[in-house]
Amino acid sequence: MVRVVALAVGVALLTSSCGSGTPTASGGTPTLAWYIFPEPSGSFAAAAAECSKASNGEYNLQMHVLPAAADGQREEMVRRLAAGDTALDILGLDVTWTAEFAEAGWLAPWPDQIASQVKNGTLPTMIKTGTWNNKLYSAPFNTNTELLWYRKSLVPHPPKTWAEMLSQAKQLASQGKPHYIEIQGAQYEGFTVWFNTMVASAGGSIISPNGQTVTLGSSALSALRIMAALAHSPAADPSLSNQMEDQNRLAFESGVAAFELNYPFIYPSAKVDVPKIYKDIGWAPYPTVDPSQPSHVTIGGIDLAVSSLSRYKKQSFDAIQCLRQDKNQVRNAVKGGLPPVSEAVYKDKSFQKAYPAWKTILQGLQHASVRPLTPAYQSVSLQIAYSLSPPSTIVPQSDLPVLKQRIQDAINSKGLVP
Amino acid sequence: MSTQTQTAPAAASASEPRKQGGISERTRAERKLGWMLCAPAAFVMLAVTAYPIGYAIYLSLQRYDLRFPSRTHFVGLANYGTVLSSTDLWWRAFGLTVLVAAISVVIELILGMAIAMVMHRALFGRGVVRTAVLVPYGIVTVVAAYSWQYAWTPGTGYLAALLPKDSAPLTSTLPAIAIIILAEIWKTTPFMALLLLAGLSLVPNDLLNAARVDGATAWERFRNVTLPIMKPAILVALLFRTLDAFRIFDNIFILTQGAHNTRSVSILDYDQLFTALNLGVGSAMSVLIFLAVALIAFLYIKGFGAAAPGQALR
Repeated sequence: MVRVVALAVGVALLTSSCGSGTPTASGGTPTLAWYIFPEPSGSFAAAAAECSKASNGEYNLQMHVLPAAADGQREEMVRRLAAGDTALDILGLDVTWTAEFAEAGWLAPWPDQIASQVKNGTLPTMIKTGTWNNKLYSAPFNTNTELLWYRKSLVPHPPKTWAEMLSQAKQLASQGKPHYIEIQGAQYEGFTVWFNTMVASAGGSIISPNGQTVTLGSSALSALRIMAALAHSPAADPSLSNQMEDQNRLAFESGVAAFELNYPFIYPSAKVDVPKIYKDIGWAPYPTVDPSQPSHVTIGGIDLAVSSLSRYKKQSFDAIQCLRQDKNQVRNAVKGGLPPVSEAVYKDKSFQKAYPAWKTILQGLQHASVRPLTPAYQSVSLQIAYSLSPPSTIVPQSDLPVLKQRIQDAINSKGLVP
Repeated sequence: MSTQTQTAPAAASASEPRKQGGISERTRAERKLGWMLCAPAAFVMLAVTAYPIGYAIYLSLQRYDLRFPSRTHFVGLANYGTVLSSTDLWWRAFGLTVLVAAISVVIELILGMAIAMVMHRALFGRGVVRTAVLVPYGIVTVVAAYSWQYAWTPGTGYLAALLPKDSAPLTSTLPAIAIIILAEIWKTTPFMALLLLAGLSLVPNDLLNAARVDGATAWERFRNVTLPIMKPAILVALLFRTLDAFRIFDNIFILTQGAHNTRSVSILDYDQLFTALNLGVGSAMSVLIFLAVALIAFLYIKGFGAAAPGQALR
């Protein structure tokens, strides 16, 4: 460790002496370790370099790449933080991890004054994902949401509700045309996302905002009825129970489906893989469950937090604010395919050009819902996916009480996780 | 280490001056030196095994969840109650683990014995045969598991392509378990064969020839001459493989991640510790797995009686 610091200081001295001529400061420039998922386009690395330079010797940002899979990212950070590792400064957290990390005492809360700067102009639902016990622990970095993608040649009028979509698919099936609805039915966290979207769109929630009690009720019943109806209708892809986002994308690209509920990454992918189908793709808001209100699609994305064990907290907060600047968000979105969290960026012309569906995306984000906010989210999610997947086995009336009990146990960290 | 066993060598060197208790000065000095020589190793062993085991036992008696550090307290044996009362998770995983271990070890023993015979008797190309047989064992388990996974995944796999269209064997319980067992057998049969080969080479040819002269058939020679002499080698092979098979983790982790009810006890424990961060319950499960492994070792040694390693050398 000493050697690393010495090396970093040495490099800093070297660069500043032959650089623009910031004479002093460099001797004390701390190197901030930023742990983040592997971002392939290089936009994060570019932002890190620019922010380090602009900080004028306040900090040097060094990126450390976490494993590609979310579980692996969480595991590495949890293992090191639990062991009291002080070498982590800035943490790239999935939207579902803030409550867990904060309750465990691994995150430094944002000081009130800069917290209000973060909140200003940022999508409110993303702020919720970074907040625990009324304190902001993580600043939203990028976001994501699912839309309805459909084949314009097969579906002249995109469905507004789930009921409409199911009947359109049934009709297409009877005409012998491609008719599947592609959605995430495998037993994994994406299934929890689907369930959360359905419950929220029916006007309900899975647990209370304080994370203490299960609040599944009649809205959950309507959600489960639709999920079971899809599984038993001709609209269900035969491999529904094994499908995750990427299998959905491939199935849609193969031409068997008329509808797909998925993230915007499928659009540029179709452009490269199947230009014919790409031209036929239309998009619309996620279908509603309760026609009297818009759908509340589960929000996704990454938040940035400062480790409570970091020796450079102030510099880390400053660095995060720099990384979150609108121009960096535009680059992350255009080059890296990660939709921004700042509402102002949605007005940016280069962003709009890269995201033809931007209006629908923004509209979805403004009505978005959050996944259950509880330190035990991982257990809650495992219980939901374990209890309800494969969707063809859902029996709404009898499944609901069992599910409620299991989620309550998960919240209280009682019993085993499946 | 009782004094009786120590007096035996001391009595042999009768010329040494005797002290009280029948232990000579020299023996005492040697024993002291022995302790000093193995003390560092013993200390390191204690540090790397006894301490973690002790700590796991301590954690298993606590309500200890990394996500809720403020709720940590002593709960006695409650975590063990939680694990042992979980029929749909713990006992199902336990049953699956026993099933996978039993089936794979039995098949490995039979196949391994056959391969050992071939290696033992091979008249030409002995080196090539032995090398070829050992290849699967030389491949990293995770790598082997990935290649099995790809092979059985529709679209990418040559084995899945042999099945009826749209069948994905890793996504339903029974075929997935069969594939896990197959991957285990493929991977570790060479290990079994190698241990058995060592045992086979202990069988003296004179004995087999004598039996042949007496008119014993090949089967009788194998049953009545080869097997009894090989008993210690078989015990060692079975013991190692059963303990290994009971702790199966990597194959399942890659092939199914424990989905579709294919969790072994180790996979279930991993989920408690690393996904749920519930160190209390997870440690209780670890201790139970440890006890199960100790029990397996105990039963083998008891079951094989005089053929157990060490005893057989008399």
